[in-house]
Amino acid sequence: MNSDKITKTVLFSVSILILMLAAGMLYSLVGGAIPAFKEFGLKFIFSGEWNPTEGEEKYGALPFIVGTLMTSFGALILCLPLSFSTSLFLGEYFRGTRVARILGLLVDLLAGIPSIVYGLWGFYVLRPALIEIGFGGRGFGIFTAALILAVMIIPYATSLSNEIISMVPNDLKEAAYSLGATRLEVITSVTIPNARSGIVAGYILAFGRALGETMAVTMLIGNTNQIPTSFFGTGNTMASVIANQFGEADGLKLSSLIAIGLLLFLITGIINAAGKLIIKKMN
Amino acid sequence: MRVFLSFILAVVLFSACQNSAKKSNSSGENVSLTAAGATFPLPYYNLAFKDYTKKSGTLVTYGGIGSGGGIRSLKDKVVDFGATDAYLSDDKLAEMPGEVVHIPTCMGAVVIAYNLPGVDELKLSDALLEKIFMGEITNWNDAELKANNPGVALPDLEITFVHRSDGSGTTYIFSDYMTKVSKKWADEVGTGKSLKWPVGMGAKGNPGVAGTISQAEGAVGYIGSEFAFAQKIQTAKVQNSSGEYILPSIESISAAAQGEIPADTRVMLTNSSDPDSYPISGFTWIILYKDQAYDGRSMEQAKATVEFLDWMVSEEAQAQAAKVNYAPLPETAVQKAKAILRSVTYEGKTILE
Repeated sequence: MNSDKITKTVLFSVSILILMLAAGMLYSLVGGAIPAFKEFGLKFIFSGEWNPTEGEEKYGALPFIVGTLMTSFGALILCLPLSFSTSLFLGEYFRGTRVARILGLLVDLLAGIPSIVYGLWGFYVLRPALIEIGFGGRGFGIFTAALILAVMIIPYATSLSNEIISMVPNDLKEAAYSLGATRLEVITSVTIPNARSGIVAGYILAFGRALGETMAVTMLIGNTNQIPTSFFGTGNTMASVIANQFGEADGLKLSSLIAIGLLLFLITGIINAAGKLIIKKMN
Repeated sequence: MRVFLSFILAVVLFSACQNSAKKSNSSGENVSLTAAGATFPLPYYNLAFKDYTKKSGTLVTYGGIGSGGGIRSLKDKVVDFGATDAYLSDDKLAEMPGEVVHIPTCMGAVVIAYNLPGVDELKLSDALLEKIFMGEITNWNDAELKANNPGVALPDLEITFVHRSDGSGTTYIFSDYMTKVSKKWADEVGTGKSLKWPVGMGAKGNPGVAGTISQAEGAVGYIGSEFAFAQKIQTAKVQNSSGEYILPSIESISAAAQGEIPADTRVMLTNSSDPDSYPISGFTWIILYKDQAYDGRSMEQAKATVEFLDWMVSEEAQAQAAKVNYAPLPETAVQKAKAILRSVTYEGKTILE
């Protein structure tokens, strides 16, 4: 066998292994979720009732689905102005300068901070600061969780957008300048249209990360298992309720938690697929 | 799903796994015991198990995976004994593949912690507990609270109830007490390791609840006594069934088990009739099969298990419990535990004399 063939075989088996891992995960999630769906049917997805009291057990995933989507979309919206300006700064205005290199390094550093550290920072610094500037209550809730998530996903959104923006061919931009375009006009009509699929991909990556984030959210969201009444109220997310309740769960409750895991898996899958579709349409 | 659960358990008990291979050989090597379960008694078990290993050479490893996990592990026969904060109901006992006995190992309580600047003493009656935890009283300057605490300057501050967000034996004992003293609570909330809370916010584990309370003025919540004592957290006096306001302490918790205890020790000690007792107290148990000859276990293994548990209720081990802020078992409970251990058999023959 020549080396080419060996490489091919190794690569093939490794990718099959990854495929099997994903399939195995899906298989055990579906297997574990069956009792919950048998008991509640599709109402499991649309019911807002979460009652673990023995004898009157009723589980619905809606509070957590709503909580997850609210925190993740909130985080995406909050991070958008910050990360977008940063990527323009790094990829367009100060491309290749030392300032950009240092700033880029710091942004990437944000991605390396463990989630629990963000949680602690949010708990001891961000939350009291929010109370200080006049947010009511105790500072726990969807908004605080979304804010910390926004900080956590900035590096994911920024790095990719910045890379793509700096890859826009100079010829195009110079052509626009020679036609008398201002810098802002070049950005809006040349740079962004050229880089948009990469920028969108960056934000989808960031959104996916926000969907599954657990520790920092658990520490700040207030963990109430009801459909959130407002953006500033308390709530809970899918990942957070699983992390909280898994240890002591059995029977129907355990199955319901696994079912929530399955739903999270599916939602993440759908969002990624939708993102891919958008990118394809744009090109 | 069973495979899935076993996998998780395997990860937790990773370090303890070599034991299963040793189980069937009786080559005179040191026996090792594997156990898993409740996290509430974990500090005590860690200390006592290590001590016993030093003393006897029997290695005891324990995975704090929660009471539910402890019961599951015993059911799947992957441990020598399990540990739980809530005793098995008759239904749950019937589901087990063999007869299971309960051995109480120590006592703990659930304390009411609060964060009120300038308030050093707080007395809470059953009626007040119900109203605070069900959201009927929402401010600390409430007239009823003031009337119950004459001379205490209760501030004008919103009440925030902090409960556990994870399933927990602490929640079970707390809600068991509330169910006993409040009809409204019994009807609307009930007893369980996790509940449908009428008000409040959740935090994970004793450290989470304690941390949230310490960070938020006006917060009140319930915490395991072992954690509260170790951290010297300020706690409220709770009214017991004799009408006395009792501060939780090692002595007042132990007093809760002074009354009648059934022979199988399966009893919730909350709302004890003893006038000196702190009312939100309870046992924590180790559970094992009554007949130890199962799954090819050797006599040696069975003997080591029972001998070890007999030591756990001895004076020597109980003294360790107090060191890490658990209340030792009173004499009556120790006698009952010893009697149960002497009824444990191997192929029909009792193991301990």
